[in-house]
Amino acid sequence: MLNLLERFKKLQRAPKAYKKLMKRKRITNKVTASLKKRRAKETRLKAYGITAISISFLFLATLLINIVGNGYTAFFQTQIKLPIEFSENLVENDNYRKIIRNSLEEIFPDVEGRRDKKDLGNLISNGSPYVLADYIKENPEYIGKKAELWVPASSVIDMFIKGNISADADESRRKINDKQISWLNKLESSDRIKKAFNTYFFTSGDSRDPEMAGILGSFVGSLLVIISCMIVALPLGVMTAIYLEEFAPKNRLTEFIEVNIKNLAAVPSIVFGLLGLSVYLQLFGVPRSAPLAGGLTLALMALPVIVIATRTSIDAIPQSIRDGAMAVGASKLQTTVHHVLPLAMPGIMTGTILSVARVLGETAPLLMIGMVAFIVDIPQGFLDASTALPVQIYLWSDSPEMGFAEKTSAAIIVLLLFLITANALAVYLRKKFEIRW
Amino acid sequence: MTTETIFKSKESYARKRIERWATGMLLTSACISIAITALIILSVLFESIQFFEKVPLFDFLFGLEWSPQTALRADQAGSSGSFGAVPVFMGTMLITIVAMSIATPFGIYSAIYLSEYASRKFRSRVKPILEILAGIPTVVYGYFAVTTIAPAMRGFGSAIGLDISSESALTTGLVMGIMIIPFILSLSDDVINSVPNSLRDASLALGSTKAETVTKVVLPTAFPGIVSAVLLGVSRAVGETMIVVMAAGLAANLTINPLESVTTVTVQIVTLLVGDQEFDSPKTLAAFALGLSLFVVTLILNIIALKIVKKYKEQYA
Repeated sequence: MLNLLERFKKLQRAPKAYKKLMKRKRITNKVTASLKKRRAKETRLKAYGITAISISFLFLATLLINIVGNGYTAFFQTQIKLPIEFSENLVENDNYRKIIRNSLEEIFPDVEGRRDKKDLGNLISNGSPYVLADYIKENPEYIGKKAELWVPASSVIDMFIKGNISADADESRRKINDKQISWLNKLESSDRIKKAFNTYFFTSGDSRDPEMAGILGSFVGSLLVIISCMIVALPLGVMTAIYLEEFAPKNRLTEFIEVNIKNLAAVPSIVFGLLGLSVYLQLFGVPRSAPLAGGLTLALMALPVIVIATRTSIDAIPQSIRDGAMAVGASKLQTTVHHVLPLAMPGIMTGTILSVARVLGETAPLLMIGMVAFIVDIPQGFLDASTALPVQIYLWSDSPEMGFAEKTSAAIIVLLLFLITANALAVYLRKKFEIRW
Repeated sequence: MTTETIFKSKESYARKRIERWATGMLLTSACISIAITALIILSVLFESIQFFEKVPLFDFLFGLEWSPQTALRADQAGSSGSFGAVPVFMGTMLITIVAMSIATPFGIYSAIYLSEYASRKFRSRVKPILEILAGIPTVVYGYFAVTTIAPAMRGFGSAIGLDISSESALTTGLVMGIMIIPFILSLSDDVINSVPNSLRDASLALGSTKAETVTKVVLPTAFPGIVSAVLLGVSRAVGETMIVVMAAGLAANLTINPLESVTTVTVQIVTLLVGDQEFDSPKTLAAFALGLSLFVVTLILNIIALKIVKKYKEQYA
């Protein structure tokens, strides 16, 4: 009790400065005590950011490494050298199958029995007769003569040579039997097996045989789709953008168009596919699976991208350019066509390339309009049935054959290369022609 | 010649006519975007109305069983199939939730780091690389999900004693989430950058740390913009097709367990429409009804998101 009274008196006597000092000290203590926690929070926030970025990086790296690792082998193909005798009557009857059988018998004269002969024939690709037929078409002087020719091995053999099928597994559980392995060893010891660049992958259409399947058909399909898409979307998009930036009065209609375009950019691609199906195919009677239908459908998706890109680049042009043109008597249209448009061109080009990249990778709407079919022939025009590169990837990824797995990855590599080229081109154009006002 | 005679001359008249004609052309092309939207709505709506004549709207929206395949056997009694879309909607929602619970934190934390902490050099190198993720076609993500992520998840699941289906919503959502990260990243990066520096300076001047400035000043200010980024991300996740077609299931399971296989609206549209089909069977028309619901949901999400962005821009422009 006495103690408390004394302290009270002491406090009363204490100068104001002392009180202030005490208060400051209390605050400082509190702040110092909390500082550690606050700094920890800082570090934590930074760490979260770095972790998030590195996980995205990690995923990207895994994806690329995985696909390149699985896919690059598809650019090479196992081929077998056969002594081919183009006897006249067999060539005339188009019986190239028999020619191959004969040449196999020549290398392996001691193979007897239907089963073994069939297994022997299975070393060679089903597509080889066509390879020989093409060869004779180009070199008719070989009819009746003998030639040593490289023909593609079948996919199973290709997989075995590439090490995707292990010889250690139990014979009943692998697709290649012990006899076939011994034949392969014999071929290898006489230098009749090589791994060559897979030209078929780049020069042929789809095939049931993985070793003969190529991306040319789907690539041409993609090209036709992009051409028909851009013929529609580019002029429409640029004109829309010019109207909105240069001519449009500020009214309800303009605002409505603007909102509309923004919303169109975010409509799921599959909805455009539904539109393509019910309007282009059913109403206008565009043939199913035609690149024209695909292009027109994707044009709806490319349109907002082009409009937005064009508007941004027109927007960046200073008013003084327009005023200058107007001052020397140019009309509004002349100002736009002679001055604004040329200056906006780099931006429009960049936007167009980016929208081409977007269209090239698009798959879902094409499934809707039937561009997802097994098509061997390379499309010749806008109305031929065809697929597109990403659709081909989807189709191959669904195939059960082992040989198509590497083909899928290889097609993805090709697709990604195109996309990277397109984006790099866009960046280059932007850098090269960029005007800083 | 006085100016008046110039303006009355024939040349000037022709010039005006061309001008008017060109403006008309430009206006027409601008209106085509409206026509496209109208065409989408009309075509999808028209087929959907046909569908709802055969299957009541109520059954479609609230029915718990989805098995359109039975509709193929037209000769059987009760051949209408069941078109209760709830399991399909639930599946879409489940995958979207998984995807967004990955994309949102990853996208926002990356955006915070890139715009608030990273050096200019780091930012200019890292951002384009992250944007590659946005440029990869979704069919590639789908393939990667099927061949790599799904087996890995299965293996991981069995290692810790969980039975993860190889078409699980978790796997699909995970891959989709990673696809959406750069999308959220660049949108929230934009809004974070547009927060005026004066706010940051004021906060720092009062003695708060950088982290406190970010969490208590920058993020609350940018919050509407970030919400709209997330909404746009959701709308992408809902409408995403190839990843789910390749990596999600076909059977409509009514479940909220992300380890099980579910199906989505887009998967059903694709399976119902790919291949030859008659245009008036309920099975085909069901795809359009699903498409309509997809369109309506994404449209609403986009409109809300754009409204928020606009309001936000007005506030800080």
